[in-house]
Amino acid sequence: MHGLMNRAVQCFVRDTYGPRVWADVAVRADLGFDNFEAMLAYDDQITFRVLDTICDMRGTPRAAMLEDIGTYLVSHPNLEALRRLLRFGGVGFVDFLLSLNDLPDRARLAVSDLDLPRLELWGYTADRFSLTVTSPHAGFGNVMVGLLQTMADDYGVLAVMEFKGRQQATETIEINILETCFAKGRRFELAAPAGQP
Amino acid sequence: MTEPVLSLGGGALDQMMPMHLIVDQTGHIRHAGPTFMKLQPGRSLVGLRLLEVLELKRPRRVMSMDELAALAGGVLHFILRTEPHTRLTGILVPLSEGNGVLLNLSFGIAVIDAVRDYDLTNVDFAPTDLTVEMLYLVEAKSAAMKESRKLNARLQGAKVAAEEQAFTDTLTGLKNRRAMDHILGRMILSGTDFSLMQLDLDYFKLVNDTMGHAAGDHVLQKAAQIMVQASRVDDTVARVGGDEFVLIFQGLTKKKRLLEIARKLIAALEKPIQFNGRSCRISGSIGISISNGYDLPSAEQMMKDADLALYASKNRGRALATVYCEKLLQTPDLTAPPSSAGGPTVFF
Repeated sequence: MHGLMNRAVQCFVRDTYGPRVWADVAVRADLGFDNFEAMLAYDDQITFRVLDTICDMRGTPRAAMLEDIGTYLVSHPNLEALRRLLRFGGVGFVDFLLSLNDLPDRARLAVSDLDLPRLELWGYTADRFSLTVTSPHAGFGNVMVGLLQTMADDYGVLAVMEFKGRQQATETIEINILETCFAKGRRFELAAPAGQP
Repeated sequence: MTEPVLSLGGGALDQMMPMHLIVDQTGHIRHAGPTFMKLQPGRSLVGLRLLEVLELKRPRRVMSMDELAALAGGVLHFILRTEPHTRLTGILVPLSEGNGVLLNLSFGIAVIDAVRDYDLTNVDFAPTDLTVEMLYLVEAKSAAMKESRKLNARLQGAKVAAEEQAFTDTLTGLKNRRAMDHILGRMILSGTDFSLMQLDLDYFKLVNDTMGHAAGDHVLQKAAQIMVQASRVDDTVARVGGDEFVLIFQGLTKKKRLLEIARKLIAALEKPIQFNGRSCRISGSIGISISNGYDLPSAEQMMKDADLALYASKNRGRALATVYCEKLLQTPDLTAPPSSAGGPTVFF
């Protein structure tokens, strides 16, 4: 799995439970190093060993843990850059949903060896959608549930996400938008904030 | 097939090309797209002369509408006459007879500044315009680059540490043989004058054998300290074998001064070294070679000659320093490698 994903898991543990818990995870998962490097690639099973270790230590089911990671990815100040990149997808939440199909290609433009799961949005009505997440690895769907829920908040939209399980390599999420102007949402300006290019 | 004649209202053009201007035959702006209007906040553009608002930089300056219209179809480079003088790229096409021209503009590569300067958002660009994708890419690439730079910095730090380690004798913290070879080679290449001092600890083996390795290690560390104190910052002290050391004195070639340093070194080494309440006594023998004694000094020859001088010191009864000279070669007995069985008996 790409170092960026492993690094995200590490930062989630560090920022949520503290650096000492991460140090503990690294030892228990038998990593043989202290930190993941964002720009290196790692064996897939290492990622799952780390996830299992965290779930064991916290007594949290993996689905819930992955959902929390999804939330963390787009809400923690340390990962503001990622939230911004996702907000480039669209002016409103629905535009954002519609842009998800392009997300893996967009990611590859920036980091050519970053393989994201295939995302496909299916629209039924103006406020009912389903998203399919296709990957050889289970769990990306759970991450997307947390991520979408948080992005809905970011856009000020009230929406309900429901994970419908995995069939073969595809996980399905149902998305129901209840109110599009539920809250004010967070601002997004195209220009990068000072300190960034 | 003939091209269909389009008849579009201003609203349609505003959606398709939000940065366009319609300019009449007299050179006055008749309509401005919504994004272009954001570049001139609080200014009513309609009725202004185009060339009052924009200055054409390339392909050439123009003074009149006729001159501008003649450039239809080519790439036009403008700058805004007002601050912050944003650069704009454009193309113009003539409208039907007598209706002036349609000019479409873009920020080109200046878009990153423009977005900030004019507080533009996604909706200020047509969905077919790749500006937002480009901004996305700039940000994503910068974030990826930042991570790469962090990795590079960490790798660089690790490299420096590894190199440091590769050139250091871990027990004493002195340079090791590799480092010494390196420094010696560099000095000879650059033609720097220097002296080479080979120093063997005397009676060290005895300390090691009778008092144990811990005592031996302690003695080596102390001896290293003494040598570092006896040398200057630019000099090199290296441990090149168990109890063998090499000191390189940069720019120092005076025989008298070197022998004085050697005598002081030996005197310092002979002071008993305490270890766990016991006294360890060692001494040192020294052989010296000096670079200006050679037409073309070589590291190999100078090491060999310093070795010979060292043997002479040992054969003359240890705790001595000898400077190499050719005369030594005429006394083979003196420069024969001393047998380990020989030498004076030692008492503690």
